[in-house]
Amino acid sequence: MATSSVSKGCFVFKPDFKRKKISFPIADYFNEGESLSEDSKLRFDTCQLLWQQMKSEAEELQEELNKNLFDKLIEFLEKSHLEFRKKSTNWNYQIKSREIPTAALVLGVNVTDHDLTFKGLTAMLRDTITPYVVSLQAKECPDVKHLLQKLASQVMGCHIDMESTEEEEEECVQLSQKKMHYSMAFLSTWYRNVTQKKGSESVNKKITSSSQWKKSPPIVIILKDIESFSTKVLQDFIIISSQYLHQLPIVLVLGIATSPIIIHRLLPHAVSFLCIELLQSLSCKEHLAKLLDKLLLTTRFPFKLNEKALQVLINIFLYHDFSVQNFIKGLQLAILEHFYSQPLSILCCDLPEVKRRIHSLSEDQCESIRRLPSFMRYVEKQTPEKQVASLTNERFLKGRMERKSLSLHIYHENFFIVLKCLHAFTSSLPKYPLGRQIRELYCACLEKNIWESQEYEPALQLLRMLAKDELMAILHKCVEVFRSSPGKQLGSTAEKLKEFLAQFQSLEESNEEENGSGSQQKGLQKTDLYHLQKSLLEMKELRSSNKKQTKFEVQRDKVVDMIDNLVRKYLFPPDTQTLYEVVYFTGAHTLREHLNAAPRIALHTALNNPYHYLKNQALKSEDDSIPNVAPDICIAYKLHLECSRLINVVDWSEAFATVVTAAEETDPNSTASEEIKEIIHARFIRAVSELELLGFIKPTKQKTDHVARLTWGGC
Amino acid sequence: MSGVQSRVSPSPWVTSRATLVASWLRTRAVLREWTLPPTLKFSGLGRFGEVLGAQCLAPRETLIVMSHLKQQKVKMLEVQFVGDDDVLNHILDKEEEYLKNGCVASGGNKVYSFQTRKKPEKMAELAYEIAKTSGKSVPLICKNTEKMASTPQSSKKQSTSEKDQLKSDEKNEFLSTPYRLRKRLTAVSTFPSDTESEYSDSNSEDDKGIKQEEEKISEVLMDQKRLTKHSSLSSSSCKKVSAKKMKKDTTTDLVEEYFEAHSSSKVLTSDRTLQKLKRTKLDQQTLHNLLSKFSPPFSAELKQLNEQYERLFHKWMLQLHLGFNIVLYGLGSKKELLEKFRASMLQDSVHVVINGFFPGITVKSILNSITEEILEHMGTFRSVLDQLDWIINRFKDDSSLELFLLIHNLDSQMLRGDKSQQILGQLSSLPKIYLIASIDHINAPLMWDHSKQSLYNWLWYETTTYRPYTEETSYENSLLVQQCGTLALSSLIHVFRSLTPNARGIFRLLIKYQLENEENPSYIGLSFQDFYQQCREAFLVNSDLTLRAQLTEFRDHKLLRTKKGTDGVEYLLIPIDTGTLSDFLEKEDKEA
Repeated sequence: MATSSVSKGCFVFKPDFKRKKISFPIADYFNEGESLSEDSKLRFDTCQLLWQQMKSEAEELQEELNKNLFDKLIEFLEKSHLEFRKKSTNWNYQIKSREIPTAALVLGVNVTDHDLTFKGLTAMLRDTITPYVVSLQAKECPDVKHLLQKLASQVMGCHIDMESTEEEEEECVQLSQKKMHYSMAFLSTWYRNVTQKKGSESVNKKITSSSQWKKSPPIVIILKDIESFSTKVLQDFIIISSQYLHQLPIVLVLGIATSPIIIHRLLPHAVSFLCIELLQSLSCKEHLAKLLDKLLLTTRFPFKLNEKALQVLINIFLYHDFSVQNFIKGLQLAILEHFYSQPLSILCCDLPEVKRRIHSLSEDQCESIRRLPSFMRYVEKQTPEKQVASLTNERFLKGRMERKSLSLHIYHENFFIVLKCLHAFTSSLPKYPLGRQIRELYCACLEKNIWESQEYEPALQLLRMLAKDELMAILHKCVEVFRSSPGKQLGSTAEKLKEFLAQFQSLEESNEEENGSGSQQKGLQKTDLYHLQKSLLEMKELRSSNKKQTKFEVQRDKVVDMIDNLVRKYLFPPDTQTLYEVVYFTGAHTLREHLNAAPRIALHTALNNPYHYLKNQALKSEDDSIPNVAPDICIAYKLHLECSRLINVVDWSEAFATVVTAAEETDPNSTASEEIKEIIHARFIRAVSELELLGFIKPTKQKTDHVARLTWGGC
Repeated sequence: MSGVQSRVSPSPWVTSRATLVASWLRTRAVLREWTLPPTLKFSGLGRFGEVLGAQCLAPRETLIVMSHLKQQKVKMLEVQFVGDDDVLNHILDKEEEYLKNGCVASGGNKVYSFQTRKKPEKMAELAYEIAKTSGKSVPLICKNTEKMASTPQSSKKQSTSEKDQLKSDEKNEFLSTPYRLRKRLTAVSTFPSDTESEYSDSNSEDDKGIKQEEEKISEVLMDQKRLTKHSSLSSSSCKKVSAKKMKKDTTTDLVEEYFEAHSSSKVLTSDRTLQKLKRTKLDQQTLHNLLSKFSPPFSAELKQLNEQYERLFHKWMLQLHLGFNIVLYGLGSKKELLEKFRASMLQDSVHVVINGFFPGITVKSILNSITEEILEHMGTFRSVLDQLDWIINRFKDDSSLELFLLIHNLDSQMLRGDKSQQILGQLSSLPKIYLIASIDHINAPLMWDHSKQSLYNWLWYETTTYRPYTEETSYENSLLVQQCGTLALSSLIHVFRSLTPNARGIFRLLIKYQLENEENPSYIGLSFQDFYQQCREAFLVNSDLTLRAQLTEFRDHKLLRTKKGTDGVEYLLIPIDTGTLSDFLEKEDKEA
């Protein structure tokens, strides 16, 4: 092979001739390498378009969520170093100037998402406040020297970027020579030079904030992962920079993944040099909820996930990383898989586009539509003539499909509105019978008829006990949901909701009057113990006997009934809908396989039960056993499972030889020829070294000719 | 309501089987938690019963194991909480035991003597058993333990097992019975000598036991229904066992087994070594030759399996282009598969193949081949990070650049370091660098924390190929493969030929001296002064300095190592094994 050698580990291959790359469109790979049909190209384009839209939507959301945090941060930055800018010399300032203004950003444990946040932050700070933004990572700064070096080179680097190529050429050269001995002193002189020059020139129109900033922009230092910095480095750095604070307007931004206490733990002494302001970012769970709302609980994007697939993605999020980015990645994979594996996904696009595409469907595609289980179910419900028509007449079929895809769209519109309303109702119930987050409710609804679930009835019971103000708040929320949704399907319901609200309001007013008079009456009465007991008894009787509902209770029941009706009418699971296969991705196992793989289990299965992969009857076996014809490594593995920490290689090899000889149908009693023995020994050696490569055993010096087991138990 | 029962086990404790089993029953709670001491021979199977069940020990052996158990008990004071009733029962039983055992105690002592017997035969026996049932499948491990229902003692033992385990009893009894029959048969015919002798000198009492057993077995074979009755009987006796306690035990079993096995430093395994076996280490070449004579089975299925993976190639390309990277896992070498992928998909694009299993591979060399051969950059870099930055910038600037990286064994010894993975991850996160890699080690995914995983942006694909890791293991200093040193030899010859005659003489002297002292275990090298003396006598050098100059030459080629001894004298040593050296001398002598 061209890629094996005993002296080299890297092999570079370049295409022989430098033909100007007949740029292979990616779409070529979409259709299994077969010549690209119009259809699959269209499908791929649809897929890409959809993904791009969803991605930009997700990014927008991210920006929007960050905006709040960033605004606070900017506000903080503007407050800091006020004195410095004024060049004030008063005593108070001199004292205070020992404290570095510090913003502690608590970003949560989803470290992988932080990068994006910091990227946005850096860009925004550069645009609005200061060119001197430095972001440092712990792994770049093993000691103070490196830290300062990075810091200085980045600060000066960005300066050069801005002034680029004007007259700084020679300075550049100078800089690179000086790279080895950066210090804070050097930096501060450099800063003075630059700001003075700038003050006279007043360049840079980009920065638009207050005039003081122009003269002396602060140096913002972002420490991305404060937890992984070593205490000593941080401590030294903070002490040094606090000394220079009257010359350099330094602001620290600390990225924290755990909790703010970490600052005190990391910096027991230097913390007094910091003037910390705590800023909290949105929790990743809320982020996910917002994302789901934007991407999946909407009719904007036709693509949907079925219950299992969604559950897989959510589980990865909840149990593995809390990373929204990974969730989006999973979504991307789901989209890709859907379009790749489902030929009819060509219809997974906007409504007007769907109509156009339905008309241009080929015969084959019509045929595959007829074969869709959901469509077949639909046809079965029709009258015989129509059945025949939809199975034979293409035009008729297309007409039907048009209607059906429209109804699917409407179904989704209603579904999401009702879902959100139901969530508004149930999310505040005690113990959350239907889940606290909308994703839980959504999953439940996707799975089966929600009203048949065990938790539904108790939830309604609880709803019937809501207090008025709670109920009104919920109704307000529902009205809001209706208002924000584009669909006009449930217009009457919206009206009804508003009516209810109005009624409750009027109830409230009348109630107030009643209450007012009642309390006055009671205030006049004088009570002794006997009377008190008596009245209590009376009240009890009254309560139990007189079950007369108040006006409010009647209204409340009406509201609950209404929501119940809505749920029963609109919250079908999607797989009851015709053509649902077109827009719902169902390959939950593909997602799990590719995103959340279990290599160790795969290895174990391969070793333990070769039949799982090699479908040969000879390999078939019952539990926990293995036929002796199995691949060598499986046999060696099985034998090694018998041992404790140490394995005697001799015994192992003999056992192996016995098993293998028997498999080869030679009589074990007759002495096998020396050569066969040799070969078996060689096979054993190979199996053992393979197990070593896989990490099951390792050589040990504890005893001669022994190896140590590295795993425990059956796996 | 519980009594504390402390037991310093008395000496006549372990004697006849009947009493043993009785006491065993009583101490079941202890036994269940009690895992086999790892010192127990070759098979350190977890639970005590597993040994019994899996290996179908003869009853005498059972005794051995148990006596072993008890002996351990003597060493440690066992304190356990048991119900009051149990304590009373126990005391009563104890008394009975003493009365009964008085006469049999001597028999028990004999049993102790077997304890030193080593395990290898046991394993051989087990293997033999598997082998005999060729074609059929036989459990190598019987997970269901304590299933020797066919013997009287184990039927009682079964009562200690949980009900759910009873389900599988029947099957297991099956499995154990034919073996016993077979054993009786093979006892007549040629049985491997070792094991044969082991079994022949069993004491009379146990022989009786075996006979009884065998009778029973034959009955069992005749009539299976009785068996089921049997098991149901035992299950009824099982009711007495507090199920709750048992359940708790099994859950903690695995954990406790682990600590049991790892707490004591002693591991009892047989002392046999490869030397006694007369099967010397093979070198890489002979190993290869031998293996080439053996054709792996199931080639049709393997081919089918591989074709299945090959159909994924287009999908991989698509996903690579869409920003994912691909990692392959599963048993079997994936080199061929990736090679095929390369041949069929990557012919028109720039790509680098990296053999992670190559012992000399470093991240630096990977980056070098990218910068030098692909980006055609001639300069050098101060550090690996600088180089990485440079590459990243190049790829950002020039959008026409595209690069495929194929890494075999991303989890190899050389690349699994944190820094290497970080750098490779950063490389792979570039949109125009496409990475497809394979991993094999069971713990490979531990290399990546969340941030690295997000850099890699993996899509996992399982590709279990069952192909032998021929190339991957050929570099490894596998324990059974002798490092033949052909490479060392050829390089030695190469260097040697380029030397002046005097230098050759000097080196030859040193080799000879080293070979003469081959047997001396405390040999640390030839002291410089002695060496100088010898060289002078052979008219090879005329001064201290010239000798030193010559030695520098050797040192540069790593043919010589100097060590300061305890007395401050310099000792010279050739760091090549004696076999290679004598080969070398032979060859040189022939040429001369």
